[in-house]
Amino acid sequence: MMAALKRVNAVMRARMLEFVRDRGSFGWNLLLPVLLVFGLALVFSGEPRPLYKVAVLDDAAQSSARHPFLDTPHIDFYPAESLSGAQADVSRHQTDMLIDLRHSPGRYWINPTSGKGELLERLLLQTDPELQRQTITGKPIRYVDWVVPGVIGMNMMFSAMYGVGYVLVRYRKNGYLKRLHATPLSAFEFLCAQILSRLVIIIVLSAAIFFGTGLVLEFRMEGSHFALLLLSAVGAVSLIALGLIIAARAESEEFAEGLLNAIAWPMMVLSGVWFSLEGSHPALHWAAQLLPLTHILDGARAIMLEGAGLSGILPQLAALAVMSALFLSISAAIFRWERK
Amino acid sequence: MPAPILEVRNLVKTYPGVRAVNGTSFRVPEGICFGLLGPNGAGKTTTIEILEGITRPTSGEVLYRGEPLGPRFRREAGIQFQTTSLQDFLTVREQIELFRDFYPQGLSVEELAELCALGDYLDRDSRKLSGGQRQRLLLAIALVNDPALVFLDEPTTGLDPQARRNFWSLIERIKAQRKTIILTTHYMEEAYRLCDYIAIMDHGRIIAEGTPEGLLAQHFSEVVIELPYNAIDGKTLPFVARRDGDLVEILTEDVNAVIEQLLQAGVPLQRLSVRSRTLEDLFLELTGRELRA
Repeated sequence: MMAALKRVNAVMRARMLEFVRDRGSFGWNLLLPVLLVFGLALVFSGEPRPLYKVAVLDDAAQSSARHPFLDTPHIDFYPAESLSGAQADVSRHQTDMLIDLRHSPGRYWINPTSGKGELLERLLLQTDPELQRQTITGKPIRYVDWVVPGVIGMNMMFSAMYGVGYVLVRYRKNGYLKRLHATPLSAFEFLCAQILSRLVIIIVLSAAIFFGTGLVLEFRMEGSHFALLLLSAVGAVSLIALGLIIAARAESEEFAEGLLNAIAWPMMVLSGVWFSLEGSHPALHWAAQLLPLTHILDGARAIMLEGAGLSGILPQLAALAVMSALFLSISAAIFRWERK
Repeated sequence: MPAPILEVRNLVKTYPGVRAVNGTSFRVPEGICFGLLGPNGAGKTTTIEILEGITRPTSGEVLYRGEPLGPRFRREAGIQFQTTSLQDFLTVREQIELFRDFYPQGLSVEELAELCALGDYLDRDSRKLSGGQRQRLLLAIALVNDPALVFLDEPTTGLDPQARRNFWSLIERIKAQRKTIILTTHYMEEAYRLCDYIAIMDHGRIIAEGTPEGLLAQHFSEVVIELPYNAIDGKTLPFVARRDGDLVEILTEDVNAVIEQLLQAGVPLQRLSVRSRTLEDLFLELTGRELRA
């Protein structure tokens, strides 16, 4: 018994020493939670969100002739970019009310199926009974409609980055990459094979999740499946290539895991997998644009919720293509077959 | 000596604080089995990895058929590393096919299975092979491209004596096909049996090279008389005797005279044996007997 405990202790001690002496993984494991705490604190900082959202079209919004309803507390009044866009938001329940104060008498739109809209209408008419009522009907965008692209995108991200990252590190660690290096196989060929194999896996799995959950949840899909497939493929390549950068040199699973976590988890938060970053600090919006998942989710939501076609997601496709090329170039340049 | 298939010129490889290979030069003629021997830390593995094109030398050059290592070398060389992992969840056949597809030409799976005695295991999960079967699979993978030059880096380390001898038979079959083999091993018996030419390395340099018989003839003229240490039992002998564990070794060119003197000293000769000097003796003599990390 004592001998067994002694052996266990020796192995445990050696393992802990190994972990502590692997400065890369140790540092990342220490740093990541700290960064996450700060990141989340930043995202959720500021005043609590208002309960109601009202889009306003008003030429005199900043003037002294401000409409008294706009001073109602606990309502988020925001300037609407266009009448049609704000109407679409009201129809999908993304905005509770739209007020157009540019003409007299003014008009307002609500969705009769929205309880919040009805309540706001009562408040509005107390301040200005002359306003003309307009109604817009439309199927509301449920949270599930909004979150499905996020969940599938997140799954793609984990599969792409962790799948490729771990496999390559394991291959390097056990000498399999060294064996491949002794063949005519080039690094570029090897990396391409990794990307393609993982791309097929991701697309097949994502399609299965998409159609499988779609049967049960009947989530909104306004656009073309082809556009979504193209966006998914380009997006998956960018994520795999990002994983390859991490796996290009990492020699231990722990170091790779720390690095992958450090990229994947903030990306999950900043790209809007679970909730929108609307209203958060502009710096976060800027940072989110550097992440491939942001463009994948923006594009997917544009297709699925707004019915955008290929031309509508061109900016996202272009951003993902540029990122894919950049990440691939970096990973190919720094790729190492063997451990140091 | 025929034209070399591989030529090594003034090879140097340094790591921070270590000069692993220190100006090594040698030539490997085509069609022979060339043994590269040396104790741990001698620079053998580094040298082999440079020859295999896996590691870049700090200075010096390696020429394959007169040219620097390049695509032709990759196509025509077969390599069996000392330790190699393979991809999980593949059968023996799939492993061979995977590597076979890296090369434009080579042997069929069936030919390789026959050559490496793998016929009964082709559809077995490669993770479930025994040590000997696994080494034969790695040899088959090294031969997929029907190479002109084969590197075998300690291919029998860890095998039981029977598996080791079986593996020697496979290497002899490859030798019979006039392929050039570069073999590293810690087993001097293996080197003596398989190698036509041997280079012994120590401290990053070649310290001796030649045919096994030539090296023995060059360094030894005497034979070894071995006796159990307890047979001496404190007796004073009129010649130098060296203790090696439980044995005492006496080196002599005149066996009869030594035996006569032992009888006169009253030493029992029941467990006396006489043997020629071996490659192992030479190896130990040249590289020292102290334990190396």
